[in-house]
Amino acid sequence: MKPFAYSRETGLDHALARGKEDGVRYLAGGTTLIDLMRLGVEEPSTVVDLRALPLRDIKADGDGVQIGALATNTEVAYHPLIAKAYPVLSEALLSGASPQLRNMASVGGNLLQRTRCSYFRDPSSPCNKRMAGSGCPALDGYNRSNAILGVSSSCIATHPSDMAVALLALDAVVHVRGGGGERAVPMGDFHVAPGSTPAVETALQKGEIITHVTVPASPFAQRSHYVKVRDRASYAFALSSAAVALDVSGGVVKSARVVLGGVATKPWRATEAEAELVGKPPTSMSFDAAGAAAVRGAVPRTHNAFKVELAKRTVARALRDLVGKA
Amino acid sequence: MVDASLKRPLSFDVNGKTVNVDVAPMARLLDVLREDLHLTGAKEGCGEGECGACAVIVDDKLVNSCLIPALQARGASVRTIEGVAKGDVLHDVQKAFLTWGGAQCGICTPGMVLAAVSLLEKNPKPTEQDVRVALAGNLCRCTGYMKIFESVLKACETAMARESASEAAR
Repeated sequence: MKPFAYSRETGLDHALARGKEDGVRYLAGGTTLIDLMRLGVEEPSTVVDLRALPLRDIKADGDGVQIGALATNTEVAYHPLIAKAYPVLSEALLSGASPQLRNMASVGGNLLQRTRCSYFRDPSSPCNKRMAGSGCPALDGYNRSNAILGVSSSCIATHPSDMAVALLALDAVVHVRGGGGERAVPMGDFHVAPGSTPAVETALQKGEIITHVTVPASPFAQRSHYVKVRDRASYAFALSSAAVALDVSGGVVKSARVVLGGVATKPWRATEAEAELVGKPPTSMSFDAAGAAAVRGAVPRTHNAFKVELAKRTVARALRDLVGKA
Repeated sequence: MVDASLKRPLSFDVNGKTVNVDVAPMARLLDVLREDLHLTGAKEGCGEGECGACAVIVDDKLVNSCLIPALQARGASVRTIEGVAKGDVLHDVQKAFLTWGGAQCGICTPGMVLAAVSLLEKNPKPTEQDVRVALAGNLCRCTGYMKIFESVLKACETAMARESASEAAR
């Protein structure tokens, strides 16, 4: 690992000022950054540790909930305000990583975690995300885990977060602080597809810090569910996942959320799938139609074509499980 | 700008004793435990947070010490495998691993035992599924896991039997 300096900040304003320096990286849980520093993908000259900032509270916010950026994945998953009212969020968090990683990983870091694409993680390989214009070997290389939605000719790396998929389904909002003050970014605008600039992954600007995430009350939040399909039963990234939420009354779906993970370059809201559900009774037939709509426009490649069918079935199964368990 | 080569003082508790060491900014908690404090129970397996061989308990939470900059541990309370037994008396989990074949080559064992101890302190009567979930971040290449799960469940039985015996004696 390249030598680096370390400092710990306890106040947000000081931490923000440090972010303007060259070569500075913020550290929260460490489960992504330290790992990438070891691989030589990240080479900061200074690591500014944010863990002592007072951004860890989870509390009621009107009818919704506010989650501090430094709350750990474990704290969020088991929090009474979350586990009951937002089951999809608890389930998504608990499907990710391992107990000790969840004890360390923060909400802010989870939103900002980097792709698991093996070309990105190998500094000796070209990668447009790591080094602009160097090329994308995944396009014609080994791309079994790569994306089929939201892809471009520059990048097909998947976004690895489970939590972000659930937060998008819950209409969450990311709150950030920077030199210019505070701003609120809806989850749907927070992550960006690669296009021709894969290095740009989020709406977060240099020097900004995520302070908290708010999750509103919604008619579908409580009837929500996360299904994750992976190569082994636990402790693996998603090949395909789905966060689904339904508001059903009078035997008819009033509103729905369908968000895909593991198959897209960012948490992927499938509005066409939602449209297949709304106004109809929640039946297997409309669940299958929603699955099919969710992957419309998918661009499969040599080794990941199976994800088209897998994602379809993941959506249908998540909806079936959800209705079955309610 | 902080000098990356300058060692900095670090004070924290390990297994109930306060320690003071000077550490490089880039040292990991794992390095300090092994190299400076000679607590070599925590192992470096992957060094990327994948395998759990370096697991320790920091402020009552199981974590991977290979992903923690040592300076982040300032003021923390750390428990390593060396602090699990009370003197010469092994913890129920350690005894069960010995008796029921939960340990083979031993590399994963300290992390496994700490993951199990951490589970039992929060949930003294886990189901096998609870044990599987709690140990999911600890990889073992010898046992096939079944004897490890069995050992943890046997350790719970021992603890519960002792508890009901002491209640009966009261």
